[in-house]
This record gives sequence, structure tokens and C-alpha cells, in this order.
Amino acid sequence: MHRTKVKVVEEALDANNTIARANRDDFDRAGVTVVNLMSAPGAGKTRLLERALDGLAEQGVRVGVLEGDVQGSFDADRLALLHVPVVQLNTDGGFGGECHLDANMVRSALPALPLDEIDLLIIENVGNLVCPAEFRVGEDARIMVCSVTEGEDKPLKYPLMFRACELVLVNKIDLLPHLDFDVARLEANLDQVHPGVARMLTSARTGEGVEAFRAWLATLGTRERAVA
Amino acid sequence: MHELSLSSAIVNTAVKHAQGRQVSVVSVRAGRLRQVVPDTLRFYFDIVARDSVCAGARLELEVVPARLHCSGCERSWEIEVPAFVCPRCGPDGVTVQSGEEFEVESIEVDEIIAEEALR
Repeated sequence: MHRTKVKVVEEALDANNTIARANRDDFDRAGVTVVNLMSAPGAGKTRLLERALDGLAEQGVRVGVLEGDVQGSFDADRLALLHVPVVQLNTDGGFGGECHLDANMVRSALPALPLDEIDLLIIENVGNLVCPAEFRVGEDARIMVCSVTEGEDKPLKYPLMFRACELVLVNKIDLLPHLDFDVARLEANLDQVHPGVARMLTSARTGEGVEAFRAWLATLGTRERAVA
Repeated sequence: MHELSLSSAIVNTAVKHAQGRQVSVVSVRAGRLRQVVPDTLRFYFDIVARDSVCAGARLELEVVPARLHCSGCERSWEIEVPAFVCPRCGPDGVTVQSGEEFEVESIEVDEIIAEEALR
């Protein structure tokens, strides 16, 4: 027996990135802009979508949702009430239930999505502040929702996630009067980790700030179409 | 918790390059910014490798320090906490020089050389 060293030098997530590029090609061909929405569990992603997606059709943006969860279709059922195409993707077929969506899982859901009938696809990732940041799925933009009940230090604890996104939504601001949460401190921490990243303060419950988020999505949804 | 998915990615990459040969060592470079916990990665690696040619292989992990560069003052420095701001010039022009890598550097495989095979 003889031991040989084989030089590899390959990004370990290369396989995922290759599939993400294939997804991206399919999205581009169909003229669909894709958003990867990420947060910790319970930050309010689905409630925010219920609020923000309602009214997008009137702005000329046809939306579809790919709902990622470890199990169940609770969120997809809620969003289907908005009369937008929703596809549920459960990750429990993997190794004990994957804690994130990867490019291959998204790829497997593509045939179920009416890509030719939508302009904007929102992929609601599994609630988790670590793994989703590692796996590109073919998206154009990444949004992360961070709620005020989570504490101001979250950007410092999960820099990978906070550096990976283009927009940070600070949600549940209707709770601020009841908390010791310091928005300025959160923003300062955000600027340490991802200086100048776009941010919006929202309350999915009262609707405060949702209009700005909806406008952001509308701009994204129409921009790509103009190019296509 | 992402160490499980990262271990799978490492094993898959190693298996691809091993081309059926038994792997004894897998060398990985992981940047500090990837937030990898070495012990956890090793723990999962052993489990994920079990049913592959990487079974029983040793995972060698090199943690690459996180280094930033500021184009304003042309300085480079290493960070231990996630602060992506130049102490002198502020956030503009700060780029990451290293610390974001996550790659399989090399593998060691056992080969049956020709004469042994003939014996």
C-alpha cells in the first residue's frame, strides 16, 4: 500500500454553488427576480410577507412564494390566502430534517413553480441564523429579518448571516415601548459587521414600515423585468 | 449547527477526488469568518464519513485568520471580533483579505501500487 497526497483546492460548497448557478440561469430565462428571506425562527417572516405581498399585484408585480420549513405547511397555507402561487418545500426528507434550504432543494421545487407567470419569487428559508447564510440558492437578493425581541447583539453573534444580506428588516417595533431594546445600539452593531447595509424598521403587526418594504420589493420585481 | 452540512460538503468533495480510493487524511482550510467550530466539525465529519471511502479518515483543519485591508490608509490587520471598520478611516474601502475560505486543500489516499497488485 502506498499513500499519495492529492491536491484538491476546491471550495467545499462548490457542488451547491454550481446548482445555485443553474437555478439562477432558469430564473433569468423566465425573467424572475428571486429573494432569499432569512431569519431566526419566530422573527416574523411569514407575517411580514402576508402584509407586504398584499398589494404588490396592484403595483404590477406578480409574486410567487417558495416556503421552506422543516415540516408542515402552516406558513404556506397562510400565504395561499393571498391568492399567490405558493409551493411548500419540506426539508425533513434529508438527514433528520435540514435546517436550511440548499440549491438542490430549491431546484427540486422548480417544476412546481409557475415561473412564467411571476416576476418576483420570495424564498422563505427555514428559520435559522447560521446555515442558510452558507447556501446560495440562486437568488438575486438576500433579506434578513431581525426582531427587536432578539437583542441588539445579534449582528455580533451571527456576523456570517448579517454580512450575507442586502437588506435588514428590524421587525416587531410595536413592542419597543415594552422592551429595553436600543435601536441605535443595534444599528451601531450592524454597522460594525456590515457597514451601511440597507435597513428598515417594521411592524408586521401594525403595518408600520411595511409600505417601504413593499416598495423595495416592487422596485426589485420590476427592475429585472425591464432588463429581460 | 451548520457543521453537519459543512461536513457533508467536505466528505462529498473528498469522495469525488478520491475516485474510489480509500482516504486517510482530508485537509481543510476554514476561514475564521465562516464560524466553524473545529470540534463539532470533526464530530460530524466522523459520522458523515462512515459510509464512504473517507471512513476513519483524519480531518486536518487549518483555521485561516480573518484579515482586513483598508484602501484609505493601505493598512492590513487581523480581527478577532467581527468589526469590519478601519480604526483610522472608518468603513469605506475596507475589504476582507482572508478568513472567508472554506475549501478542501488536499486528501491523502491509499493506493495499491502496481507491483503490490501483481504480488
